[in-house]
Amino acid sequence: MMIEQIMDEQQQPLVEIKGVSVSFENQHILRDVQLQIPAGETLVLLGESGCGKTVLMKTIIGLVHPNRGDVLFDGQDINRLNDQELSYLRLRFGFVFQNAALFDSMTIGQNVAFPLRQHGRFTSAQIRDMVIARLSEVGLPDSVVHKKPAELSGGMRKRVGLARALIMNPELIMYDEPTTGLDPIMSDVINELIIRTRRRNPVTSIVVTHDMNTARKVADRLVMLMPLSRLAPGESQIIFDGTPAELDSTRDRRVRQFVNGEAGERLMEMRGESPAEATETSHGSQS
Amino acid sequence: MSTVPSTPNHEIFDHSYLGKTASWVADWGKLILDTLVAFGAFSLFNLRTFRWMFTRLPRSETIWPNFYRVGVSSLPVVALTGTFIGMVLAVQSYFQFRQIGLETRLGAVINMTLVRELGPVLAATMLAGRVGSAMAAELGTMRVTEQIDALAAMGAHPLHYLVVPRFLACLFLIPTLTVMADFMGVAGGHFYGVTWLEIDIHHYWSNSIQAVTNFDLMVGLIKSVFFGAAIAMVSCYQGFNCDAGAEGVGRASTNSFVQSFVMILLLDLVLGIILDNFYFMFYPDGASFF
Repeated sequence: MMIEQIMDEQQQPLVEIKGVSVSFENQHILRDVQLQIPAGETLVLLGESGCGKTVLMKTIIGLVHPNRGDVLFDGQDINRLNDQELSYLRLRFGFVFQNAALFDSMTIGQNVAFPLRQHGRFTSAQIRDMVIARLSEVGLPDSVVHKKPAELSGGMRKRVGLARALIMNPELIMYDEPTTGLDPIMSDVINELIIRTRRRNPVTSIVVTHDMNTARKVADRLVMLMPLSRLAPGESQIIFDGTPAELDSTRDRRVRQFVNGEAGERLMEMRGESPAEATETSHGSQS
Repeated sequence: MSTVPSTPNHEIFDHSYLGKTASWVADWGKLILDTLVAFGAFSLFNLRTFRWMFTRLPRSETIWPNFYRVGVSSLPVVALTGTFIGMVLAVQSYFQFRQIGLETRLGAVINMTLVRELGPVLAATMLAGRVGSAMAAELGTMRVTEQIDALAAMGAHPLHYLVVPRFLACLFLIPTLTVMADFMGVAGGHFYGVTWLEIDIHHYWSNSIQAVTNFDLMVGLIKSVFFGAAIAMVSCYQGFNCDAGAEGVGRASTNSFVQSFVMILLLDLVLGIILDNFYFMFYPDGASFF
């Protein structure tokens, strides 16, 4: 009995999304999404803009409340917690925002130290040492500590965002389009940092991205979402769930188009042609 | 076979008397519902802020910068406005009072007006314009750039971290700004009336002392506390519910000033009536308070 219980606990996913639906006023974003993320996995969420990837990630951390369904983190239902309980639970999360979301009014040092000062019981000297250690992990020198976010480049700001997300040693770290707007070299630096973070700390990661290089490089598993407007009634919003190898061999046309970066019938829709005409034109142009 | 062209049902409905009535009821219903929803959201925002205020004290590093910005930085503009309003009141009233030989009563009128009405209302208007709009724009920018989400993601509650210190700063410091506006207004009135127009100083002040009581001063200060609370809550609410983009931030800032100003005028009227009723309840013969 005891062994079975331990086995169950080990098999229980760290994050469990059960039938989550999210709408903003009359706009439906997510419909009955089911997803489980085991501890230690790096999950990449793919999908075209507006399909609800970021909303799904914000639902996991409780920044967006679902209209229906439950989000469980380590067995706790996020939406049943009060403000204070949720604040404490969020210490176990790290979130790297798309544009880093650093506080303009604070220096880089104060930004990275923010979670420590907010919750930790550390001396100023300890905080300074921890901030410098985290900044050095993401390849930033001590000299940035006294700078303001506006004085840094986009890549540096993203790395500061990563250092801030890591400072409390989170169990789950979420990256919202970590390489968007960066040059290819800096994008790869961020990819390496994501991989290195996982090697150094036993974290579970969720990465939202459009960048297939990032997706292939960091993912253990990929999930692709489709915008509700492009789905048939009752069709699952998750159109792909598998490993990078399975992604390459998938026969789903929509997934292949996304992976290969082909406009396909979307271009024809913009021109006002019917899908049948679009397919014919597409085939004609290929031959 | 001939067919009779049919008119679509919705057209019959739209042009009929019943259709127009239904449409009118639907429009008004939507307006009422939207207003109720907005009022409910604002009330909930206030309640949650009050709950956080009593749950945990804000950290000193969030309190002092806000106190400085609301109190110290607003002092010069409030003092300047108060001084000029005192002088303008003297300019506008002098000739009317002189015609009926009551120019020595000028001090009583200026000081009473300033202490009961203009001091608190002007200090609050300056605060709404200078601090309230800036608060809405700052919080709106934080909302748009996901800084508020980042705060929440790091376990700091945005209402506790951002709204409570601003609310406390407005609540505690607007009475001091009101006292400054009162003082500078009285000084401005004295300067123009006594020094420039050469009204007899003894009668100017003895009439003022008779007319202006401690109750009048308290009425002004009590009003100012309500004004401060309204400015903070309206501005923070606008910032938190800002639409995306530069236009959204601009609109939040403008709405914050307009709504704060309307709230100040409404509260001024309501509190004026309530406080006067209190006064006459305790002093039915109109005896001087204190």
